[in-house]
Amino acid sequence: MTAKGEIVAGLLAPHPPHLVYAESPAQNEPKAECGWENLRWGYERMRRDIDALDYDVIVILSPHWQTYIGTHILGVPEFKSLSVDPIFPNLFRFHYELSVDTELAQAIHEQGREAGLVMQMMNNPDFRVDYGTIVSCHLTRPQWDKPIVGLSSCRANSYYNTEVMQEQAIELGKATRRAIEASGKRAVVIASNSLSHRHFVSESDLPEDMSKEHVTNHNQYLWDMEMIRKMKGGRTREMVDVMPEFTDHTVSETDAGSLTWMLSALDFPTYPAEVYAYGTVIGTGNVIASWMPGQEQR
Amino acid sequence: METSESGFIKGLLVPGLPQPLLAPEQNEGWARLRKAFEVARDEIAACKPDLLLIYSVMWPSVIGHQIQSHPNPKWVHVDELFHDLGSMSYEFSIDSAFSEAYATAARDRGLTARCVAYDGFPIDTGSVVALQLLNPDNAIPASIVSSNVYADRAETIVLGKAAADAVKAQGKRAVAIVVSTLSNRLFTEFIDPKDDHIHSKKDDEWNRKMLEFLEGGRLEDVAQLSRSIHEQVRVKKVVNFKPMWWLSAAMGQHNNYEGKVHDYAALYGTGGAVVSLTPVPHGVGGKEFDEDDVEHWHGDRSVLDSDDEQSQTLRVAGATSSNATSES
Repeated sequence: MTAKGEIVAGLLAPHPPHLVYAESPAQNEPKAECGWENLRWGYERMRRDIDALDYDVIVILSPHWQTYIGTHILGVPEFKSLSVDPIFPNLFRFHYELSVDTELAQAIHEQGREAGLVMQMMNNPDFRVDYGTIVSCHLTRPQWDKPIVGLSSCRANSYYNTEVMQEQAIELGKATRRAIEASGKRAVVIASNSLSHRHFVSESDLPEDMSKEHVTNHNQYLWDMEMIRKMKGGRTREMVDVMPEFTDHTVSETDAGSLTWMLSALDFPTYPAEVYAYGTVIGTGNVIASWMPGQEQR
Repeated sequence: METSESGFIKGLLVPGLPQPLLAPEQNEGWARLRKAFEVARDEIAACKPDLLLIYSVMWPSVIGHQIQSHPNPKWVHVDELFHDLGSMSYEFSIDSAFSEAYATAARDRGLTARCVAYDGFPIDTGSVVALQLLNPDNAIPASIVSSNVYADRAETIVLGKAAADAVKAQGKRAVAIVVSTLSNRLFTEFIDPKDDHIHSKKDDEWNRKMLEFLEGGRLEDVAQLSRSIHEQVRVKKVVNFKPMWWLSAAMGQHNNYEGKVHDYAALYGTGGAVVSLTPVPHGVGGKEFDEDDVEHWHGDRSVLDSDDEQSQTLRVAGATSSNATSES
């Protein structure tokens, strides 16, 4: 490919395994009657938009591949295994088979290193891909016909603070963009995280009983709404500015750096996001949203 | 002290990072820890237990606590951080009946607890390392319990006491194993294994103070120091440093133990130690109980329970503890 590559969409695509469970695809062993329709139908609307794009690869950063020494990247061409959610094994036991764009993975690795980041390729063929990556990719592209690039979450938020985490995530986002542009490929970039992230600590007997589903507390809800207002207002820089407070007050999964990374890869859009859905899953706040460069005037 | 009576006849603290299992030859300290695991393994074998119960801080849970009950879990496990060290092929023998009994005992004390028995369930690196090195031929059936990310002292103590309930009810002679480093700050850049050392002098000093206490058999004193340990030398991944609360509650909240520090070394900046504690009739005494004890968990919120269910739980529970209710 000789043309300049580009990011054709950035997605906020959270990974509650409950959504896959509720869809009951053939790959998942547990089956459900229903559940979390608001979010699942939001994913359907998002897929319609994304499917209309001509893209080559999905690049995803997942909070559930947690690395304390730098950012790691899947480097094996094919993975086939069983993903069992360690938290909700009753809901998610998913047989996956996926391919990796190792060329782009290596390019992001090199760009990250040149930017001064600690980077590591993951070349162990026995490695089990984390369930966050599996869930977000399945809900974005259930056909599994696009190669992915999987990035880990460097836990700088734990070791330092949200500001340091964001500095690194912003540089990683820039490195990702440079690598995609140099590759000549058209990429969809996914931040696989929820917003507020305080779970319930008990589960109803029927997990898909929607009469039991609500946000854990109003504080979380208010913060989630504030972040959504910023998304819809095209104020992504403000999202990054308030990320330390947001992350702290809502024990948010944005501590993973995935949202900051994705916004940085898009060079901080100033146009409104398309927000497809907001809903809670076992008390956590989840937004499905997209930013599509070049389609700002839709 | 070897006895035919049921209960926890020994307790161990071991680190869960994979270097002693996969790469002991790369660093002198990693090799010493590997040797320490082997000494501890012999110590366990000598007291002839019929159960190893692992509490691993590397197995987080959200829905209460989960207890492994698959009778024969097997997998080829790869650590998400140190994947370059290689794969860990395992096959364990789990005492499913005990795991079920533990879950029941936990629920009887008000906790949310459930067993997990799924093919391919991801057993955490720490539990894999501990079982591979302490019980390599699966001679002793095991059980593993998770560490809830939101649980703090009261819930963890009740979880430990539930373990003691289950061990006693089943008539087991058990060894309690906590999988945790002491200080847990890893280097944030890759190092030459030969250059490994404790991340900071402060971490090292705190680690040595903990080991001094443990060598003196002062388990409850270390447990009482947990909040300070968390504040001083733990990266704040979870709400608190909990393994000593669980171990002390399971084995007995006192200082009457014979402690052996088999070795202590750096594991990529963290403090790794293999320590054993054996109950003895007379310990150092002089314990200070700064915080209330707690017998029953009443929950921190009634998110799903109806008022009636909550009231029923309180009626069944009997006396409450100020510590538990203060966390509500």
